[in-house]
Amino acid sequence: MSRRPYIREVKRGWWLGHRRYVVYMVRELTSLFVGLYCTLLVVGLVRLAQGGVAWDGFLTALSSPLGVLFQLICLAFAAYHSVTWFALTPKAMPLNFARHREHPMSWH
Amino acid sequence: MNEDVTLEILRYRPEVDSEPHFQTYTIPYRDDWVVLDGLNYIKDHVDATLSYRWSCHMAICGSCGMMINGEAKLACHAFLRDYRHGVIRIEPLDHFPIERDLVIVMDSFMEKLSSVKPYVITKQKKALSDGENLQTPLQLMAFKQYTLCINCLLCYAACPQCGLNESFVGPAALALAHRYNLDSRDDGKEQRADVVASNEGIWECTFVGACSEVCPKHVDPAAAIQQTKISAALDWFKERLLPGVHR
Repeated sequence: MSRRPYIREVKRGWWLGHRRYVVYMVRELTSLFVGLYCTLLVVGLVRLAQGGVAWDGFLTALSSPLGVLFQLICLAFAAYHSVTWFALTPKAMPLNFARHREHPMSWH
Repeated sequence: MNEDVTLEILRYRPEVDSEPHFQTYTIPYRDDWVVLDGLNYIKDHVDATLSYRWSCHMAICGSCGMMINGEAKLACHAFLRDYRHGVIRIEPLDHFPIERDLVIVMDSFMEKLSSVKPYVITKQKKALSDGENLQTPLQLMAFKQYTLCINCLLCYAACPQCGLNESFVGPAALALAHRYNLDSRDDGKEQRADVVASNEGIWECTFVGACSEVCPKHVDPAAAIQQTKISAALDWFKERLLPGVHR
């Protein structure tokens, strides 16, 4: 009898089925807003270099309702990004001192 | 009281089915049964044509991995009592071709596993008369956790990168590579780096962390991969800044 393995395609909405993947995808999305805010800071530096009038204009734009809303959204995403990222980073540390409490020969 | 439990199992018999479909089985509920016991009941009393892999029934052999209500689990490690208030949906492990029913084709994994050379590689062959390779408890501790992998492939089923890019070496194989790289008796890190530190190796991982969450042996492949990323990045810099210096 010949073999006929069946291959299942990954669905477009694969990440919607489990909270873990939704959390991950939102974390990836936050990078976009962190990047946008970085761009805003660079624009601020450029405006500062252009002189007082340009800088004042930049500050006015920042304090406009749209500017405040943008910064609030960026803050929310940056906070989410930081919390989830700091929850993960201990894994990347080569030394895990907590593990050393266990006896090396215990087999569990 | 006689209670029943309903299992919805993805069936695929290549000689009769053009594509997989769900089949429902109702079996008696037992408080101390795991999903694997339910499958064995079906095989013995209801439908002998059902195919699935299993062996030890104690989370050691790594054969009975499957998707249980969408989560990668060992069928011997999942109690019916944790799922009793609804239909239990059982599918073969995600991201692998289905050979038949709950049996997957794992050839791709076997190739990836052998590609990372998961064995101790030594620069100089030692004569048998020279005795054993000694290792201190501290040296053992550096990698012991990564030796516990049972190759059950739950991590491959949970990792979205494995599903989206089939050339990704994957969590278990990379964790085993890390295990040998950390071994004080081993000199094979550079040989493994061609695969491990390639685009299809550690750099394909976007740190979803699902592999470590589903691992039944707490191997923590995500940690192994992130640590390998740091070590590979340091090696890359050392190679360029200090040419000729051994890693």
